[in-house]
Amino acid sequence: MKRIQTNNRILMWIDERLPIFSYAEENLASYPTPKNLNYWWNYGSLAGIVLAIMIVTGIFLAMNYQPHADVAFQSVERIVRDVNYGWLLRNLHSNGASMFFIVVYIHMFRGLYFGSYKAPRELLWMVGITIYVLMMATAFMGYVLPWGQMSFWGATVITNLFTAIPVIGEYIVIWVWGGFSVDAPTINRFFVWHYLLPMILFMVVVIHLWALHVNKSSNPLGIEVKSSADMIPFHPFYTIKDMYGLGIFMIVYMYFVFFAPDFFGEPDNYIPANPMVTPPHIVPEWYFLPFYAILRAIPDKLGGVAAMGMAIVILYVLPWLDTSKVRVATYRPIYKQLFWIFVVNIILLGWLGQKPAEGTYLIMSRLSTAYYFIFFLILPLVGKFEKTKQLPVSIFEEVAKKHRAKEDK
Amino acid sequence: MHPRKLVIASAFASSLIAAGLVSGNAIAAGGSDPLPHNKWSFDGIFGSFDKPQLQRGAQVYLEVCSSCHSLEMVYYRNLMDIGFDKETVKEIASEYEAKDGPDDEGEMFLRQARLSDRFVSPFDNENAARSANGGSFPPDFSVITKARKGGADYIYGLMIGYLEDAPEGFELSDGTHYNKYFPGHQIFMSAPLYDEAVEYEDGTEPTLDQHAKDVSAFLAWAASPELEERKRLGIKVILYLLVLTAMLYALKRRIWSRIYLDEYTNDSYLGEFEQDINDVKNNVKRPN
Repeated sequence: MKRIQTNNRILMWIDERLPIFSYAEENLASYPTPKNLNYWWNYGSLAGIVLAIMIVTGIFLAMNYQPHADVAFQSVERIVRDVNYGWLLRNLHSNGASMFFIVVYIHMFRGLYFGSYKAPRELLWMVGITIYVLMMATAFMGYVLPWGQMSFWGATVITNLFTAIPVIGEYIVIWVWGGFSVDAPTINRFFVWHYLLPMILFMVVVIHLWALHVNKSSNPLGIEVKSSADMIPFHPFYTIKDMYGLGIFMIVYMYFVFFAPDFFGEPDNYIPANPMVTPPHIVPEWYFLPFYAILRAIPDKLGGVAAMGMAIVILYVLPWLDTSKVRVATYRPIYKQLFWIFVVNIILLGWLGQKPAEGTYLIMSRLSTAYYFIFFLILPLVGKFEKTKQLPVSIFEEVAKKHRAKEDK
Repeated sequence: MHPRKLVIASAFASSLIAAGLVSGNAIAAGGSDPLPHNKWSFDGIFGSFDKPQLQRGAQVYLEVCSSCHSLEMVYYRNLMDIGFDKETVKEIASEYEAKDGPDDEGEMFLRQARLSDRFVSPFDNENAARSANGGSFPPDFSVITKARKGGADYIYGLMIGYLEDAPEGFELSDGTHYNKYFPGHQIFMSAPLYDEAVEYEDGTEPTLDQHAKDVSAFLAWAASPELEERKRLGIKVILYLLVLTAMLYALKRRIWSRIYLDEYTNDSYLGEFEQDINDVKNNVKRPN
């Protein structure tokens, strides 16, 4: 590590013993970054900021929330009504969850399009998928906490999936519930997990960043960095670009927080949980809908659960399924088309996830599910037979070329 | 190039949001007419409550609805937020008896409700409510407009949606009434409001439509008492963010122009940065 030099003796004294300033300088300020990152590269830092907002608002909500089946619903309303700015905390947290998923989904699609998962960043990608899995678990348990009808019945439907596991399934689900149905012990332990998992998630994010800073960011051209001419320091170039992106994001986020706080929610979740009344449609939160559609597309319960699990597990092996030497879809005509169909297909699956699983919807779900897996499974062949386009020579030249073209206008 | 990419990025984000919107519509009630759309004073980003209307709505709730429907999460003191003065609210509260205790002998007792009490529920528990209402349970009204798709429009529709006779060919079960806007059309509650159901203290004409609007607005307030504070703060926050983001964009363009001015590299940029600092220190004037 290059040590900082400064005339401030206190800083130097600290830095010689604990080089936090040198470390920050190396990883935040002079950290070399490709010159040509576009706005799709904003979403990583954005996700980190949303995580911080979620943790901070979550801590303050936990100070006022009661994880007991009898009073959980009322305690959430009490936060909204009687805690100073409790409504703001709650809206930031509940809408923050949706924002987190929007940002992370875009971040993941970015990785998929630009081949960010390829060597030498396979572990970076896998750690990222782990973050995503932790996020889903955390979000699911957080949604149970207000103890409305959707909380209760969502928890019942999802935890019941464990019973599909042969032999031990029944035992697992009783163990998860802490009883013989979703009840007071369930909400208490879910609250504990909902507080614990984000801490683990945060640590995994640190590992994600660690892995990132070894090989540094990939870039929209997908070619290796060749000289220092390809690079710029992270600060001020990407700090200001990230700040600008953050500003745009906050405008969208705050619009929902202040003017449409229940936009992403289900009205049914404002009805207190009632084990005796099943809501007409049990729908998970929007960010689970594609997987919910996959689950229901398979006629067999175990098969459905397995397919849903595979849909996520397959992301872990993606770096080895994609055999192409070229990273970015821009230079891969076939992959590029497959990718965009994949994006549309995911949105279609999400739409199907909140439709009843019957008739045409069911057939569409099955076709969509099939494409989800086909996309990954034909990647080895695509990598082998695809005729890729000519890659640019260097980042530096591409940036210069682009700039000259702009000047000539 | 950059703005266009930003447009694509935001289009992508909005399509994800749209997916959320679709899921919000998923609980479309089975078998009911499309709701009437009212222009509410609290709609939109500048919306605020019409306090005289809320007071009229409170009167409708207290005189009609409250005989069956509780409002458990609202306190009598909250009524001061909609423009009632303290004495009036005390008077309203004193008409109800709240359970208190145990006293020195260990007995629970009833006393006049105070400002600090929650609205007294008409029934002690769900079973008592069911037994008094032929087996059906009148839901609590604290968050009712948030708990029904359509919100205040739904309550309004429900109030004006009763038909004397079910349409031909529609089989009504025993003890139910036909309502255009109730999911499945069969509702246990008989039409609670009608013309002149309540005599308004402010002299507003007591039509069914007026009653329905007023009580819907009141329940919207009961469900979101923070609405005005929320929207007012929201406007300030968004304006602040718009200005801040515009400045950040200007700064971003300026900082990035250095890359295009010369072909800076990681190393040479740092040298340039030091030069910048020295120039400022030595007060060297440079053309912009």
